[in-house]
Amino acid sequence: MKTFTNQNPGTVDEAIELVRTAREDGHSVSFAGGGTDLLQLVKERVVNRSGQDVPDVLVNLKSLEGVDQVSFSSLGGVAIGGLTTLSNLANNPRILDDYKVLAEAAGQVGTPQIRNAGTLAGNVCQRPWCWYYRNGFPCYKAGGNECFSIAGENQLHAIFGGGPSFIVHPSDVAPALVALDATFNVAGPSGNRVISSSDFFVLPRDNVQHENVLSDDEFLISVDLPAPPNGLKSTYHKVMDRDAWTHALVSVAVVMEMDGDICSAVKIVLGGVAPEPWRVPSAEALLIGNVVTEELARSVGEAAVSGARPLAKNAYKIPLVRGVVARTVLALATSV
Amino acid sequence: MTNSRDSNSVSNEKVGDSDKPSHFDLSRRGFIGGTSAALLAAKSTSVKAQENSESVGVEPEVANVPKTAITVTVNGASHQTVVEDRWTLNEFLRDHLELTGSKIGCNRGECGSCTVLVDGEPVYSCSTLAVWADGKEILTVEGLEKDGQLSVLQQAFMEHNAPQCGFCTSGQLMSATALLEENPEPTVDEVRHALAGNLCRCSNYNAIVEAVMDASKTGGA
Ligand SMILES: Cc1cc2nc3c(=O)[nH]c(=O)nc-3n(C[C@H](O)[C@H](O)[C@H](O)COP(=O)(O)OP(=O)(O)OC[C@H]3O[C@@H](n4cnc5c(N)ncnc54)[C@H](O)[C@@H]3O)c2cc1C
Ligand code: FES
Ligand code: FES
Repeated sequence: MKTFTNQNPGTVDEAIELVRTAREDGHSVSFAGGGTDLLQLVKERVVNRSGQDVPDVLVNLKSLEGVDQVSFSSLGGVAIGGLTTLSNLANNPRILDDYKVLAEAAGQVGTPQIRNAGTLAGNVCQRPWCWYYRNGFPCYKAGGNECFSIAGENQLHAIFGGGPSFIVHPSDVAPALVALDATFNVAGPSGNRVISSSDFFVLPRDNVQHENVLSDDEFLISVDLPAPPNGLKSTYHKVMDRDAWTHALVSVAVVMEMDGDICSAVKIVLGGVAPEPWRVPSAEALLIGNVVTEELARSVGEAAVSGARPLAKNAYKIPLVRGVVARTVLALATSV
Repeated sequence: MTNSRDSNSVSNEKVGDSDKPSHFDLSRRGFIGGTSAALLAAKSTSVKAQENSESVGVEPEVANVPKTAITVTVNGASHQTVVEDRWTLNEFLRDHLELTGSKIGCNRGECGSCTVLVDGEPVYSCSTLAVWADGKEILTVEGLEKDGQLSVLQQAFMEHNAPQCGFCTSGQLMSATALLEENPEPTVDEVRHALAGNLCRCSNYNAIVEAVMDASKTGGA
């Protein structure tokens, strides 16, 4: 690998100071969680967020104290340190009980080895896995002005929200966090901020080079989840072209509040289909106030694909979304 | 299986001192790496090709490369050493401690042959840095045998012909060792799940799973 300097801050303030100093010295910075994504980018010299092929400084966030824990507040919510590994998230008994969608999403990322090293923040902030971007094409994500998938191999690309870039957001955990109404705590040299998960991700039409609102100097410290209301049920369903070790072709996170048989509130967020986690409000609206029957679930699946605009080779995602949404919604509503 | 004595004998040795050529420069790997790097460089005079050739073998020694002193325990032996910040854990283990049991198949998190245990958990040593292992305990396949005795799992791998070409075997053993440590009586599905991050390109999965099940019956890792 090309050289870089690794820095091990002990505190968030030290991390901020390191970023500030690096910037003053004219150096580019990348944040490292588990490195399972970052090191592949660095080795292959894929152009990073700050438009460079290799960062000068790696800020190793794993050395921060106290940001790799799941802590439950007395008010019922939970704060999850950004450096919590996906394995710890997937196996945490209370996450499994109260926020099952998140445990299931984290538990289906990649492989055991990736989940043991990979972190919540790194998962949410991972770069696109579009094969053009990863293989050195000068696309929008690499600072260029073309999306090679449009006229090329676009089997895995977006059917919603694409243009000018047609990447899909690769994270399994992100749709779960959006469905759970998470808030993200962010730190950086110009201060800390709290960002709602519904405002965190951005479409290419608003920012073609980045997938979220973080500036190059900002990093994610932790994620807060609200207390789960009574009757909350949730699940994550991921469709892959093999059983493990790959990103979703299509996935769906569903979080539903039930009042007896009636669905009183719901969020449905799709993964693998758009450049950001893709919420489908028109499908959600059909469920509210109703008993979830097979027939209703089918209309919900139909509503979930309205407005889809496939490219030449990814129209198969439309029936996939239709079916997966219908099946997941019905199974969840009727589960005990 | 191999080399466990060697791993102890190199403990506390300073490595990565860039101005001194290291003692294994003439090893077979170094030779092959150097040769292919030279071939690549000869094909193209572009800077990019020459830089890319680094990944083929041992990194060329470069002055002023950022380095960090770390203390790491590998197979029970403590090493106080200096590593280049850019070394993957695998480069440190294979190229500098000469623990060549973990393999590089893909060098990008897509095959599992480089799997080692860090604080008891399987990770891809190609996808983490040596400097991040500071203060941690690493277990590689060389650390599985005890007093010249293969582990129960290694023995079961032999009896079930779990290795065919053997390239994936050390990685499979490390994932399975961690599984049996945590869950001494797994179901077949649990074994498959635990080994899902280890490809076998000889496709000997059934024998590998049988070996792990057998080892679990005969008493653990
Ligand atoms: C073979 C393979 C299969 C994979 N399969 C999946 C999959 O099925 N599902 C899935 O979701 N992912 C998958 N991944 C992607 C990724 O490795 C994992 O999602 C992992 O969780 C990333 O976490 P990390 O801590 O290792 O991130 P890192 O590699 O450390 O970081 C990832 C990116 O986020 C940035 N970053 C890291 N931490 C922060 C922070 N705190 N604030 C701001 N930016 C930050 C880094 O600079 C980098 O750009 C796969 C990767 C590989 C190699
Ligand atoms: S060499 Fe590390 S996963 Fe293939
Ligand atoms: S035995 Fe050949 S790759 Fe597994």
